[in-house]
Order: sequence, then structure tokens, then C-alpha cells
Amino acid sequence: MPVLDLMSGFIVELRNAGLPVSLTENLDAMEAVKVIPIEDRDAFKYALGATLVKNNAHWRVFETIFEVYFSLRGPEYAITKDGQPDDFWREMQEQMDQVKGQGEGKGSGGGMDSLTPEEINAMLMRALMSGDQAMMRALAKQSVQRFAGMEPGRPVGGTYYLYRTLRNLDLDNMLQKLMDANSEMSKQELSSLEQRLEKDEFESRIEQFKQEVESEIRRRLVADRGAEAMAKTLRKPLPEDVEFMHASRDEMQSLKKALYPLTRKLAARLARKRRHGRKGPLDFRNTVRHSLSYGGVPADPKFRYPRPAKPELMVVADISGSVAAFARFTLMFVYAIQNQFSKVRSFVFIDGIDEVTKFFKSKEDIGEAINRVNTEADVVWVDGHSDYGHAFEVFWERYGKDINSKTTVLLLGDARNNYHAAQSWVVKEIAKRARHVYWLNPEPKSYWNTGDSIVGEYGAHTDGVFECRNLRQLEGFVENLT
Amino acid sequence: MKPRFNDVATVRSGLKKVNYLADDGIAGVVFLADRLGKPVLIEGPAGTGKTQLAKSVAELTGARLIRLQCYEGLDESKALYEWNYKKQLLRIQADKSSDSWSEVHDDIFSSEFLLARPLLEAITSEEPVVLLIDEVDRVELETEALLLEILSEYQVSIPELGTITAKQIPLVFLTSNNTRELSEALKRRCLYLHVDYPDLEREKEIVLNKVPDISDNLADQIARIVRSIRQLDLKKAPSVSETLDWARTLMLLGIETIDEKEAKETLHILLKYQTDIAKAAKELSVTK
Repeated sequence: MPVLDLMSGFIVELRNAGLPVSLTENLDAMEAVKVIPIEDRDAFKYALGATLVKNNAHWRVFETIFEVYFSLRGPEYAITKDGQPDDFWREMQEQMDQVKGQGEGKGSGGGMDSLTPEEINAMLMRALMSGDQAMMRALAKQSVQRFAGMEPGRPVGGTYYLYRTLRNLDLDNMLQKLMDANSEMSKQELSSLEQRLEKDEFESRIEQFKQEVESEIRRRLVADRGAEAMAKTLRKPLPEDVEFMHASRDEMQSLKKALYPLTRKLAARLARKRRHGRKGPLDFRNTVRHSLSYGGVPADPKFRYPRPAKPELMVVADISGSVAAFARFTLMFVYAIQNQFSKVRSFVFIDGIDEVTKFFKSKEDIGEAINRVNTEADVVWVDGHSDYGHAFEVFWERYGKDINSKTTVLLLGDARNNYHAAQSWVVKEIAKRARHVYWLNPEPKSYWNTGDSIVGEYGAHTDGVFECRNLRQLEGFVENLT
Repeated sequence: MKPRFNDVATVRSGLKKVNYLADDGIAGVVFLADRLGKPVLIEGPAGTGKTQLAKSVAELTGARLIRLQCYEGLDESKALYEWNYKKQLLRIQADKSSDSWSEVHDDIFSSEFLLARPLLEAITSEEPVVLLIDEVDRVELETEALLLEILSEYQVSIPELGTITAKQIPLVFLTSNNTRELSEALKRRCLYLHVDYPDLEREKEIVLNKVPDISDNLADQIARIVRSIRQLDLKKAPSVSETLDWARTLMLLGIETIDEKEAKETLHILLKYQTDIAKAAKELSVTK
């Protein structure tokens, strides 16, 4: 395929994945391709990255798509035909034979097929032990060829093949084996610090090997199905678009990583907005003082900076199974920018309710505080199924008097009440006393008020119910809040 | 105009000569910036050598470095140009009688009365220049617009004087600590480079390069410990400059191999938060 066609397909796919690639950037990339040869794959990748990706959070998406479109280029990445060992493999085999000192005539022709899984495992261990990159790559290729059992045209995702390959290699025990072998080899007892360093080193090598396997599988799938189809199956949402309620563990991790810079940016933006808002009333004293330089004429009127009161915030969050992730993120988010509020109090409930403000007191480690909320808060009253009605009732009884005209109350949850009594009068009472009451719902709008969801009944008394499925929506809401 | 570099490898080896160890990404983007004549926007965590890159490139190409430090409230009179109104006043008063109004008017708005600020200075300079716009995320969104003309066209328009175009195209580097999202317009005009913490080998090389007389063994150990610490969930991960400080401290203390005790005692050089130090100390001594 000519480079130009490949490039336009590539850029279309980037846009499909949600990356904002403008026309100028597209042209820049074309310019860049002119001066960087496509054969130098790394340089080529960085050149495209520099011109097309302007946000580091998007880099991983870019990398994956790049792999799909350009993985089959360059000789060192070509796929070896089954049963035809390449030169490198042959060389390694000879080395192995020498090491074993047996030389059972496995020579160059036998290649892969004559090795038992145990031998492959032993070779892998040696490669990981010495950190030999080329050997690791070759082994990754061979193990995919051997263990993944890939069949052309079979509509199975890459993860299936990855699982099959890794299961045969027994990587989980590999770390321990490596550690054992390592401590045997060293002369004296390793200190715990050294052990820890060794472990980190081996972990990173194993991780690297896994990635090699993964990209080998991907290459083979691309060769089988073509780039477009493959890119489509790999398409993943950007971190800020991942839905809280359906995030996988990996996605949770990347969400957590994305959260911190996001809050930092938001805090900076809010602080700036506060300072540079509209002008306040005339500052008489300051104006007169400056008028002296104009001979007493107040030519340069000075104004006071407005200091709008920071709102007080009460967060009341449902932390039962389905919406726990959402509650966790919202709490983290709110506490990460807590200096934008004069006071933050937080409450969590399932069918009972408990105040958890004290866990966040230390201000040092929000992640730690969230963990404590999950383990220590007393939120179960009867059976541990969401009961909004009871939780609200208790909330009103215990903390209702603390709500005043400066307080903004945030209610978080999907309002799936398991057909308990709604007690929506509490929300109505809260709304009467508080400055604002908002409801954030992590469910898509189309699911609201279906089944046991009664968000409409509660929402009628609030100042607004907002759909809050991902970080982007959460950020948008918080920005308008302060 | 003649390109400054032949290929990516030249950039890389050149940067190494001036004591900046670039990886493929960094060298590649510098090369592209030269070839495409586009500014480079560098983002990344603090202390990973963003500003140093611009300085090193200036040293490598033998160009003058012009630096514009950004801050809140930066305006065009500090970034672009300003009329030297004192001089203008003197000019008017010097020959009140002789000149007609229009002559004086034309005269006082000439380049003689113009004070060049960094951006204007960079494009009017005769000799080669590297322009560094440092911490561009500190200016307000509206002020960013000041930069747009110079970044895309390498020219400055002055209403009284007309448009001043660059005599030579300078290499431009913008750095950002990512405290806010830069505008699309700015990003579109730049090549983007994210400088992250270096990987193990590169960090070791940096330590070997920057700390005189350090042994290979110690440098290796330092790089590995720092990598392990960066993997922890910390408030502020150690930057490259902190790694270097730590290496220098260990050298001063005459330590050849780091053991647990010494590592713990000197952790406060790598980490700046008490909770981080406690966490790292705990993690480093745990065996699994």
C-alpha cells in the first residue's frame, strides 16, 4: 500500500478514536513524513506523534493505532513463516545446544518444532535473567506461533490469543523462579533492598516480554484481517470518556492517573477565574491615591477585586456496588480541589449513612482516605442493599440542622431504591434550606426512571439532575459549581 | 535556508556532545522542528530537562538563546515591543520650532524609538537565535494570542510601523508544566514533545555524565532505586535533577554501594513530602 493511502487511513482512524486531528496537523504530518524515512520505525512514530498528538493522555491510543497501521513495515518486524526459522533463531538454537553440551543433532533445520515447552520455558527464563532484548523478541514470536493457535479468519479478539500464549508460558511463577535463581547465583545473602530492586527489574522485563507477545499477536491479526478491521476492534475510549460504571480494572488505573492532572488544571482555572472575574465596586481610597500623579484628577479609577464567597459543600454519596466507582471518583475529585470550597463535608450510605469527613482531614493522601471510607464507614443498616429513603431520613435527622443558605448539597447515585419508600420529602426540605441541591447520576439518561430508578421523583425537588458518566462530564459540572 | 542538521542521529550525537542525553523522541522532534520550521511545545513533569533542552540546542547550534519567562499578567509591552516614549518626548522637545507636525509624527514612530522585547528581538536578530518561551502555561488564555502570529508566520505586526518579518527562522521552544490546557490554536502551530522521566539506561547515563568520578556500579544502583521509587504512588515523584542531587550527596558522603540504611537516611534529598518519604522507606525495606 502506498504511504499516502496508509497515512490517510491512519488519520481517519485517529479521528474515529476521538483524537482531534486538524487539517493543519494532517499537513504537518505529511511534511514530516517527507523528511523522515518510514524504514526508521521509531523515528517515524515520533515524527507522527509530534505532529498529530498534542495531548499526552492520547499517546497510548495513538501508539496502538500506529502499531496496527505500520506494524508490518520494516524487515525486522516481518512475520516469519511457520516452520521456517529465521537466522537469528538458528543462531540461538546453536547457542542453546552448546550450552547444553548435548548437541543431539537438533541443528538448524529442526527449528522450533523440536523444542519441548519445558525447553522454551527454560530459554525464556535465561533471556529474562540476562535481559537479552533480541532473544526475548524472538521467543515472543515463537511462543505466539506455537501456543496461540491462531487460525486465519477466526473472529476472536487478541486478548484470547494472549491468554492462550501466556497460559502456556507460566509467567506468574516466572518471577518467583527468577528471584530464586538470582539469590542462588549471588555469593552472599542479598539485602532486602537489593532483593526489591531485583524484583522490580524482573517485573519490568516480564512486562516487556508480555508486550512483545501482545504486539506479535496484533501483527499477525493485522496481517490476517487488515488494518481497518483490526483498528476497529481495538478502539477504546479516551481516559476522560471512560464510563465510571463499566470501567475495567485497567481503565480504572488510567482514570486514576488522569484524575490528578485534571483536578490540578481545574483548580488553577478556578483560582484564576476567581481573581479575574468582573470588576468590583470603586475603591475610593486607591483611586484618590493614584489621582496624585495626575495632579489630583481621578483619571485612573481603581476598583476593588470581587471576593465571591466560596460555597460550602456537602457530598452525600451512594457507595453500594454498582455506583461505588462513581462515588469514589467524585469524592476524590471534590477533595482534590477542596481549597475551592470553604468547607467540604462528605457522607456515604448504602442503607445506613455515615459521615466520613474525618478520613479526609489529613489532606495528605486522598487514595488512602478513600480506602478507609470503603472499609471503615458504617453504612449497612439492614441488608446492605441501597435504601435511599432510609439513608436520607437519617441524614436529615442527624445533619439537617447544619445545612444553611451557604451550603450546596450534592447527591450522588443512580436512585435505584430497590422499591423501598422514597421519602422524597427529605430532598424537598434540604432544597428549602440549602443554597443549591444537585443530583449527579452516573447512569445514561435513557435509563433514568426505568425499573426501580426513581431519580425523577427526587430530582423534581433539586435544582438539577445531571448525567455524569465520565470524567469529562464530572469536570464540566464541578467547574460550573464553584 | 540551509537545514541545521543532516539527520536524527546527528542531532542526538550533537546533543550528547553538549552534555544533553536525548532519546529518540527528543532528537527526532528537534530534527523535525528544524526541517519543518515549526516551534516545539515541550510538556512533562517538572525537572526532566525541558528548559535545558532549549539551552543545549542553542549551545549545539552556536546560536544565541533569547528567553521569555512567562508569568501571569505578561503583556505585549513586555513580550513583544514597546514605544520608548521618553525618547519620543525628547525628540519632540529637541526641535520644537523647525519641524512640521507631520514630519515629527512620522519620525517618532520609527524603529529608532522602538524597544524590542524578547519576541521581537528574536526575529529581528541577524545572527542565529534559539527562542525559549518558558512556562507558557502561566500566561492567561487571552495573552496566548500574542504568540500566535510570531509562531506561525515568524512576524510581528506593529500598527504604526507595519509588519516586521524574520530575517532568519529561529528555533523556538515553548515549555509548559501543564497547569492548564493550552489553547487549540497554540497547539496546532507547534510540534508536540512530551518529555517524561528517562528510562533506566538513560538515567544511569545522565548520572554518569553529570556527576564527575562516579563509579558505574553506584550510578547503576542509583538509577534502579530511583526507578523503584517512581513506581510507587507518590505525591511528587523524584525528578532527574533530584536524582543528580542525590548522586552528588552520596559521592560527598563517600558511599560506594548503597545499603538500606544509607538509602533511608538520604531519602529526603529525593523526596520532598514527609508522607512520600515514609512510604518509600517502608516500601524499600519490604521483601516479598
